[in-house]
Amino acid sequence: MAKEKPIKKPSSGGNVAKPEELVKFYRDMLLIRRFEERAGQLYGMGLIGGFCHLYIGQEAVVVGLQSVAKPGDSIVTSYRDHGHMLACDMDPKGVMAELTGRATGYSKGKGGSMHMFSREKGFYGGHGIVAAQVPIGTGLAFAHKYKKDGGMSFTYFGDGAANQGQVYESFNMASLWHLPVLYVIENNKYAMGTSVARGSASTDFVHRGEPYNMKCMSVDGMDVQAVRAAGLEAAEYIRAGNGPVLMEVHTYRYRGHSMSDPAKYRTKEELQKMRTEHDPIDRLRAVLLDMKAIDEDGFKAMDKEIKDIVLEAAEFSQTSPEPDPSELWTDILVA
Amino acid sequence: MATEILMPALSPTMTEGKLARWLVKEGDTVSTGKVLAEIETDKATMELEAVDDGKIGKILVPEGTENVAVNRPIAVLLGEDETVSATAAPAKAAAPAAAAAPQAKAPAAPSQPQGAQEPQYETWKTQTVREALRDAMSEEMRRDEAVYLMGEEVAEYQGAYKISQGLLEEFGGNRVIDTPITEHGFAGLAVGAAFGGLKPIVEFMTFNFAMQAIDQIVNSAAKTLYMSGGQMGCQIVFRGPNGAAARVGAQHSQCYASWYAHVPGLKVVAPWSASDAKGLLKSAIRDRNPVIFLENEILYGQSFPVPDAPDFTVPIGKAKIERPGAHVTLVAFSIMVGKALQAAEKLAEEGIDAEVINLRTIRPLDIDTIIQSVQKTGRLVTVEEGWAYSGIGSEISSQIMEKAFDYLDAPILRVAGKDVPMPYAANLEAMALPQVDDIVQAAKDVCYR
Repeated sequence: MAKEKPIKKPSSGGNVAKPEELVKFYRDMLLIRRFEERAGQLYGMGLIGGFCHLYIGQEAVVVGLQSVAKPGDSIVTSYRDHGHMLACDMDPKGVMAELTGRATGYSKGKGGSMHMFSREKGFYGGHGIVAAQVPIGTGLAFAHKYKKDGGMSFTYFGDGAANQGQVYESFNMASLWHLPVLYVIENNKYAMGTSVARGSASTDFVHRGEPYNMKCMSVDGMDVQAVRAAGLEAAEYIRAGNGPVLMEVHTYRYRGHSMSDPAKYRTKEELQKMRTEHDPIDRLRAVLLDMKAIDEDGFKAMDKEIKDIVLEAAEFSQTSPEPDPSELWTDILVA
Repeated sequence: MATEILMPALSPTMTEGKLARWLVKEGDTVSTGKVLAEIETDKATMELEAVDDGKIGKILVPEGTENVAVNRPIAVLLGEDETVSATAAPAKAAAPAAAAAPQAKAPAAPSQPQGAQEPQYETWKTQTVREALRDAMSEEMRRDEAVYLMGEEVAEYQGAYKISQGLLEEFGGNRVIDTPITEHGFAGLAVGAAFGGLKPIVEFMTFNFAMQAIDQIVNSAAKTLYMSGGQMGCQIVFRGPNGAAARVGAQHSQCYASWYAHVPGLKVVAPWSASDAKGLLKSAIRDRNPVIFLENEILYGQSFPVPDAPDFTVPIGKAKIERPGAHVTLVAFSIMVGKALQAAEKLAEEGIDAEVINLRTIRPLDIDTIIQSVQKTGRLVTVEEGWAYSGIGSEISSQIMEKAFDYLDAPILRVAGKDVPMPYAANLEAMALPQVDDIVQAAKDVCYR
């Protein structure tokens, strides 16, 4: 049956961000990258334990999309969550201190890398079970609609999670009830060690919203301007009460799935090509230089500012105390 | 300022590794992200990248060096204008790293199994639990064409924890199958395949993820034989790591022994040693019922003697006395068997002779072995990593109260995980998990010492 495909690829022509906005995006992406590199180092030193999933390479996705978020919106994602927290304006010190399991971390050291939250910033985690955040993000949207507070839910998940059944149960309810939710599939090509082609019968995730009558979009996730433009369009549609939007964002993670993944399932050439030709930070840097929004000295100053923020966070995360032993028994039930 | 490049930890359980190859030499200028060296762990070869810009001043550990401890300095990185002579020893060392490292050495394994019920074997070889599990699967797959393995990353990646190493190469993609991340779906699919006459081994990357699939395990795999009046058996093994690993937080650190043990229609097995792992997994694959096979990630790398005999199996439903003793009975399963044995050593120093029972199977429970032990010792301590509430220790306590009350000289005590979700912080996690000293204390308490 012929069916009109509700897919729109936003051109970079519309919704062009202003130079000062672009400078901010650059800064936000750089902060995430430097933060993650430092987290990787602290993990190697044994200061961060357990699992640690780095966001390096995918920075443009969350920076572009969270640039269209408003106070009161909700955001939820998987265990690859450090970048999302920084993009929600959470304090790098509190995030890093949670990674080292200290009392000053966002979860008092009790959650760790995969389980961090900030109700104040509308960040609802940080979930360790693949795709579990998708119904939760749908529920956050349900609450926004119920309360008529004008907010929307940004629900992020990966190409691997996109094969879990609860994702489609969520899509059905969200569309049926016109819930204000933006589903973002961060397609970074690999579900741990399984490439999209080896794990998914149809590899164009953008089509997966169609059976549920959702507006569907496909975006270059290595281009923060394109992500931002798509985000504006999606948010406008959602906030107008039209129901959910599914956005497939094509991106790439440079590091392994977690710190212990040697990533032998892809070639070094593939990784090198993404890094040299598609890096979201390098691309925006070229744009900024071209439009003379910032000069080399400006970049140097920003590099230093970011480095200092990250070093301060790393220092804070090592000098903060471990949680008090009495914390073992707190927060189990509300008194 | 010169900084030391330290031997990195590359997985939650790594304590040392081999510095396989240097990709830079002294004097090279490096920038952030440059690959400096290749590090081999027991699971993989990983690349070490530079985190700072600078120049390699000195290489402290030559390539090819084995057993390099995590956090040992392996090279010195100089700032832009420094020379090699400026390399005074940098001050900072990572302080709490040692606390984060999990137990490094395998407990001393008993050289021969004890207990009258154990058959004796002539030749033994030393194997890790990881290798023993792989051998059990490959031997059974050679023996029976209907046995196949499916799960996330079991084939091309060789297993998330490298349990299925080499199986894809030997048995091919029809029998060693990578699934999408679809736990509920592939668990149900495997139950259907078992109804259709196959004998699936389903690997869950961890049992935490099997919660997505528990409906199919309980409602389809466990109950259908009964509901069909005995027509529809389900010969299937669900296996994977269970319980806490090392600092992976509340959603990845949980013991499911009592969850599955609650269900009639399931068998639940929890090996400790490599010979347990091999012998019990072979029995589980041959068993005509659904078997939940609970492994432990921290045990995967530990070595034990394993009988070198083609017909070696360990029967499901039989506990094993790992250490005979006269004064108090310690009952444990999985990783807690090692802790109970360590506790028994400490107790011996204080003149308390503890008997340690390795349950091996959780359901059906070998209550007779525990009763016989209690008849001898009169005192019982149960040890488990999971929560005490409605736990395996509670079940054992009830049964002993019902069947051997008159033999008890003291109330039974349960040593278990603290009644909280698993905290991430290193100090809180250690408090939440049962430790050797907790077992020692409980044993002394029931001995009124």
